[in-house]
Amino acid sequence: MPELRFSPAALAEVKRLLAHYPADRKKSALLPVLHLAQNELGPHLSVPLMDYVAGLLEITPIEVYEVASFYTMFNTRPVGRFKLEPCRTGPCALNGAEDLIAYLEKKLGIRDGETTADGLFTLKSTECLGSCGSAPVMQIGEDYHENLTFAEVDRLLENLKQRAGR
Amino acid sequence: MILEHAGNAEARTLAGWRKLGGYASVEKALKGMTPEQVGEEVKKAGLRGRGGAGFPAGLKWSFLDRKSDKPRYLVCNADESEPGTFKDRYLMEHLPHLLVEGMIVSSFALGAKTSYIYIRGEYMYLLRLLEKAIGEAYAAGYLGNDILGSGYSLDLHVHPGGGAYICGEETALLESLEGKRGNPRIKPPFPASQGLYGCPTVVNNVETIATVPHVLRMGGEAYAAIGVGKSTGTKLISASGHIKRPGVYEIELGKVSCEEFLLSDAFCGGPKNGRPIKAVIPGGSSVPVLPLALFLKTAKGEARMMSYESLADGGFVSGTSLGSGGFFAMDESACMVRNLWNLTRFYHHESCGQCSPCREGTGWMEKVLHRLEAGQGRLSDIDLLVDIAKKIEGNTICPLGDAAAWPVASHIRHFRHEFEYHVKYPEKVKDPRHGEREPVAMPK
Ligand SMILES: Cc1cc2nc3c(=O)[nH]c(=O)nc-3n(C[C@H](O)[C@H](O)[C@H](O)COP(=O)(O)O)c2cc1C
Ligand code: SF4
Ligand code: FES
Repeated sequence: MPELRFSPAALAEVKRLLAHYPADRKKSALLPVLHLAQNELGPHLSVPLMDYVAGLLEITPIEVYEVASFYTMFNTRPVGRFKLEPCRTGPCALNGAEDLIAYLEKKLGIRDGETTADGLFTLKSTECLGSCGSAPVMQIGEDYHENLTFAEVDRLLENLKQRAGR
Repeated sequence: MILEHAGNAEARTLAGWRKLGGYASVEKALKGMTPEQVGEEVKKAGLRGRGGAGFPAGLKWSFLDRKSDKPRYLVCNADESEPGTFKDRYLMEHLPHLLVEGMIVSSFALGAKTSYIYIRGEYMYLLRLLEKAIGEAYAAGYLGNDILGSGYSLDLHVHPGGGAYICGEETALLESLEGKRGNPRIKPPFPASQGLYGCPTVVNNVETIATVPHVLRMGGEAYAAIGVGKSTGTKLISASGHIKRPGVYEIELGKVSCEEFLLSDAFCGGPKNGRPIKAVIPGGSSVPVLPLALFLKTAKGEARMMSYESLADGGFVSGTSLGSGGFFAMDESACMVRNLWNLTRFYHHESCGQCSPCREGTGWMEKVLHRLEAGQGRLSDIDLLVDIAKKIEGNTICPLGDAAAWPVASHIRHFRHEFEYHVKYPEKVKDPRHGEREPVAMPK
């Protein structure tokens, strides 16, 4: 478990974000700060981490929980080191999205929504990513991987494993 | 016009954008015009909102409560999550300064001192790119205090969403910007009087705002001369599905026929797998699907054009809507039951859950569609779906309910035979790829 405190750089970022909103509207910074918390101290938003964010923004913990659980990008439950998010929606489904998801399930030996036993990958199909013209597409972290072939998926997963030192 | 410099990498830096004539509208408006005059040009231009509803932007601006002593806000809707739509992403990625420029002149027209761009969280790389462009604009004196010595000051910030289609609905977006769940508000009050933090607010789509600099450059009347009738100007269309040339295209409204758009190599380039196109959804997943014949020609037999009016010709019986410009085409291998099940799953997943007709209705429709698609449905399921859709439509707080109902009504209206086929020949649809493997399963 990483220590539940932002680095000085992240704290400076919180300060910058808070300056975007009126002084009496600190709660407005909740979404950007949750993104920051998940990136810095994640990959999932544990209850103590959400409580920490609540303290920073001077709001109640429940206000953080209800928001974190509403938005799909926030992981309120533990996830693998890398979250693989292939698009499953209509336009992509016309161009191989279903095959891509099935391939990932087979390759990783898990079902959509599950995490591999080694804790490396979570597979979570997602709705339209705004990349329908480059289907099939998968987001990993902030990166878009478009016009995917199975060979490229193999390469991507290999690279991620190496990055994790496995 | 909008995409003129999209291919030019120089356009992505402030210096390059200026060389191409960028930020001229800021000089023109802030130094030589009153806010009212800017609003007047946008009105004259007949510019309609590009986010989906097509509401005239000038008119929306004129509703803003200017008598209130509260601050006013302009919020740009960059939540782009309507399936089939990826034009705003393309615009922001290639022309970030065009959006920043549009935000400055539009904020000036509205008297906003702080403005926000609300961008979907998945576009985090674009948020960083926009923040860079905004930083350059501050450094060059186009943002901040006393812009270009005009006395007008503006701060501009980008705010990320967290992954929720519903936050594209303008009041849900404002809730989200206030750090809350994206639950749409009951209207009235409208954002024009009580929007962000209870203050007068205008919400406009990325493309709408990126058009304002062009309106100012050429003048409202000259802009209105582009296009046909009330479909003035140009529109970005993001094209995908079973076509040869997916991508983002800019069309002059009313001047390109649907046939040309679908088949010509200047646009979609026709079907990609050699199979004829069967159906088209021209404006994002929420607008009614049309079979090819009705997409190409109206019920009256006239050639259909890519414009608000022509696509809507025939109402929801034989027409559709330009919507967000999220165009996708399906060829003969696509199963319309599967397509509808997929889209309905999307609406169910994205329903915020506040109103029972939407929350329960979308879930119920998804279930019924799933069993039809799996060959376990009954004939009565088809009318059941039509009935549920009717009960959702018009009975919800926000238009997501309607958006979920329209695809159901139109898929069944135009492709009922495919639904019946699933009931009559369950063994043929067992394989999830039945559309592709068994084109016979999809008779005309
Ligand atoms: C469920 C739902 C989702 C929407 N999503 C978007 C969106 O992603 N982007 C957008 O600009 N407008 C979206 N809209 C429309 C907005 O509510 C609003 O009408 C629009 O941002 C106004 O801008 P415009 O007048 O410039 O088009 C959505 C509406 C609904 C009901
Ligand atoms: S129609 Fe659906 S999405 Fe809209 S407010 Fe009601 S439950 Fe929420
Ligand atoms: S449907 Fe997959 S990115 Fe739009």
